[in-house]
Amino acid sequence: MADIFDLAATNLLSPVILSFVLGLLAALGRSDLTVPEAAAKAMSIYLLFAIGFKGGVAVAANGLDATLVATLVAGLVLSTVLPFIAFGMLRVLTSLSRVDAAAVAGHYGSISIVTFVAATSVLEGRGISSEGYMVAVAAVMEAPAILSALWLVSAGGSGRRMDGELMREIMLNGSIVLLVGAFFIGMITGADGLAKISSFIVAPFTGVLCLFLLDMGLVAGRGLREARGVLNFGAVAFGVLMPLAGSVLGLITALLIGLSPGGVALLMVLSASASYIAVPAAMRVALPEANPSVYLTLSLGVTFPFNLTIGIPLYVAVSQAMTGG
Amino acid sequence: MKTHKAKRVVITIEAIMQKRLTNALETSGVTGYSILPVLGGSGRSGAWSRDGQISRANGMVQVICIIKPERLDGLLDAAFDVVDKHIGVVTISDVEVVRAERF
Repeated sequence: MADIFDLAATNLLSPVILSFVLGLLAALGRSDLTVPEAAAKAMSIYLLFAIGFKGGVAVAANGLDATLVATLVAGLVLSTVLPFIAFGMLRVLTSLSRVDAAAVAGHYGSISIVTFVAATSVLEGRGISSEGYMVAVAAVMEAPAILSALWLVSAGGSGRRMDGELMREIMLNGSIVLLVGAFFIGMITGADGLAKISSFIVAPFTGVLCLFLLDMGLVAGRGLREARGVLNFGAVAFGVLMPLAGSVLGLITALLIGLSPGGVALLMVLSASASYIAVPAAMRVALPEANPSVYLTLSLGVTFPFNLTIGIPLYVAVSQAMTGG
Repeated sequence: MKTHKAKRVVITIEAIMQKRLTNALETSGVTGYSILPVLGGSGRSGAWSRDGQISRANGMVQVICIIKPERLDGLLDAAFDVVDKHIGVVTISDVEVVRAERF
């Protein structure tokens, strides 16, 4: 238990988390601090490329093993199943309509790549290694939850179709293409490729992550300010309990597969995190009647800060305790 | 200078629907339009600002087209199919243009 508190305190006082808190406080205090949209976009491209590339290099160094396919399939199944658990919890804890609950549930089956990046940064800081292909697992877990959410709505009586254009947009959204593309570049070029660009993608990584999370804090703070009164106690409780439930499911799955301590922590993080980029966009197209304030505020304003501050150190500590790592 | 009557249609819609809308407009015979970013606003769905959005997909855009009056019904039918259930506003106003052959 002391380890968990120690890790939590170290995490909370890291430059990455303090940058997020600065952004959050600045937005809540109505400061005029902003990160230009184009700069935020450039930083997200940098982070996705760097994390994908490093994942690919790790796979090139360690080789592919049997757990790769098992973990990819597990990610797919987790992303499909988690929305059903989230939907059940929402129906118990909140009075959200079926459509709103399904839309929120879809977000919790999918993943937050920024939370994943922050978790890899924590693992690296503590010298805990993880499977490089977890990046590919993250990419696989983006989309299936959207289909589950749409099924939850159609099962309620209102027919809902997923058109081909929407499917293409989800599968080929910029984040997935960049992440998977960089992963393959890293895998093909290996350690030699990394040596050529490491001064660009390794050394400045944490600094860029700080600035990016400063912007995320600003966005989350503004979202919370604009959506004041949207969430009741039950919904906020869901925003904290669902990541815990998801992480337990991720933990059990990772232990069954036999992942390394870092891999276990990352699968827990992926199962615990909620999307706020890919799924909201898909929901606006497929379920326009669902209230975006509810799912965005829950995902970005409650679950994201929870995972970033308390969740990640908790998942890392639990994974170490369970694997003896 | 001689001027010609035309209709100016302004459709404010979520950015994520922009491509679907412009595809529908082109299919209905609209040959030109302009797209402007919306910085923020307030309405039935509450207040929002572009700064508060995590991705461009969550923002809004304005699609503006100027057309010959006889093309209005076709354009509105096409646009309505897309904007029906979505957040947005459609306005139509009478305008005059100088070079009628361009619309």
